[in-house]
Amino acid sequence: MTGNRRRSTLFLLILAGGLLLALALAGGLLDDRALTTDFSRKNLPPCPAYLFGTDWMGRDMLARTLTGLSLSLRVGALTAAASAAIALVLGTASAAFGGWVDALVSWLIHLVMGVPHILLIILVSLACGRGFWGVTAGVTLTHWPALARLVRGEVLQLKGAPWLRMSRRLGAPRGKILRNHILPHLLPQFLTGLILQFPHAILHEAGVTFLGFGLPPEQPAIGVILEESMSYLTTGRWWLALFPGLALVLVVVLFALAGERLRLLLSPASAQE
Amino acid sequence: MLHRLQFTAKKLVRMALLLLGVSLTAFLLMDASPLDPLQTNIGQAALGTMSPEQIARLEEYWGINTPAAERYVGWLGSALRGDFGVSLLYSRPVLAVVGQRLGNSLWLLLFAWVLSGGLGLALGLAAGANRGRWPDRLIRGYCLVISSTPTFWLALLLLMVFSVWLGWLPIGLSVPIGADAASVTLTARLYHALLPGLTLSVTGVAGIALHTREKVVDVLDSDYVLFARARGEGHILRRHVLRNVALPALTLQFASIGEIIGGSVLVEQVFSYPGLGQAAVAAGLGGDLPLLLGITVVTAALVFGGSLAADLLYGVIDPRIRRGAAKA
Repeated sequence: MTGNRRRSTLFLLILAGGLLLALALAGGLLDDRALTTDFSRKNLPPCPAYLFGTDWMGRDMLARTLTGLSLSLRVGALTAAASAAIALVLGTASAAFGGWVDALVSWLIHLVMGVPHILLIILVSLACGRGFWGVTAGVTLTHWPALARLVRGEVLQLKGAPWLRMSRRLGAPRGKILRNHILPHLLPQFLTGLILQFPHAILHEAGVTFLGFGLPPEQPAIGVILEESMSYLTTGRWWLALFPGLALVLVVVLFALAGERLRLLLSPASAQE
Repeated sequence: MLHRLQFTAKKLVRMALLLLGVSLTAFLLMDASPLDPLQTNIGQAALGTMSPEQIARLEEYWGINTPAAERYVGWLGSALRGDFGVSLLYSRPVLAVVGQRLGNSLWLLLFAWVLSGGLGLALGLAAGANRGRWPDRLIRGYCLVISSTPTFWLALLLLMVFSVWLGWLPIGLSVPIGADAASVTLTARLYHALLPGLTLSVTGVAGIALHTREKVVDVLDSDYVLFARARGEGHILRRHVLRNVALPALTLQFASIGEIIGGSVLVEQVFSYPGLGQAAVAAGLGGDLPLLLGITVVTAALVFGGSLAADLLYGVIDPRIRRGAAKA
């Protein structure tokens, strides 16, 4: 049973990683197709030639969806990595130094958690003048607190561990203890945290872009596509909204599932279930 | 009693400091924005036709030439006296706009908050009690999918199905189009809030249900439940599980306020529901800094108020905490 689950988790992770790469490549290759307008084929419902249909400018929705997903995944990967790095630094510092550093980090965590993410992302995005870097900075700065808390708790627990106290008594310098004893123990938690940040980051990116604070309208991001589809809802062009959203949900589910499985496998409490 | 008061006072001071931090952060972020409010709201073309005096008067209106520190201190001073400035887009006091918008949103938020909390708790209990069997799998699958779904896309889908295809529910707004504010009945309001409220509750369920499930599983694995089972006790779910799940459920319920407000920003935009979230988006897009600042501070106050309420309710529910707080 365990072997089976390990194999399926590995399979999911490889699938997610492969999809990430494939979509990143597809985004680059399909960029032209996604922007090509052709008024002889506008407003086509889904058909074999255009699986996702075409929009009011005759753009191929499949190509647009794939480029949009690729963009979302790139933003997601970047923000998940950056916010996880912030979480690692702040969480470790908070637990390792204690005192006012700990108080300050806890205060920051409360501060960021006190404002709804979407509102804070809007503010940060405004500060950066919207666009790609606005969303990236916004999502990065709002997604570190949960993981930072986790890292802090973990390091606090490690601080009392016998082998660590022993190492300190033997006179090992702080940096060495951190490198040899603390970081290796944090790695599994940190990696799962990183993967689980990913879906959140993508969803928030899409949301902010949908509201008009994120990626500019000429870029075929999922948020932009869905925002444009809003004006055509009442005329019954359902495919404009349905397929791009569905594709996004599938990608996010895949990553959430992979992260969740990895968490169950790596945490000692549930690894043997 | 004195200790309870001290505990509350400490929490209130902490909350005030956090609110100060939120307002300062929001202010600095808005100040750092390279977007010129004149360009955004009046447009390059219109600016070109104006005389320098007119432009100077507009610059003064949008507060462009005053230094940031001076503006923040000025804002803070009047905010403490209950004056959050004037909304530039609506030309009315910020508090009046926020009050009116919050009044509209309150229906929606309360409906979604209560429904998602209750439903989440029920689903979490059901899943935890049936661990590994099909109800558990079904509920967990639902939570996974719904938490991976963008709220606004779900809102779009529901709008397409119920309003465009079936024509059962209105497309948007909080009242019928063209109706006089006084003539709007309660049923009309509820009718218009139904779809947005439903969207918010359906998406809010996932986190609460999953966390409750974990907790239920923990409790069911505990020694005291094993002992109760061994004695042949009935009603284990009600007598043991529900009591031990109550505290984390309360935390989750109050912690979900922020998420519900965040979700309402997106949902209100889709349904063009004239609530606080929509005002926040309009203020952000239009560079209406006083209004955006006001909304941020009021929202943060709601979230912090929620966690304060949770902290205080712990003591009411759990006598151990009441005594513990008294000792500390």
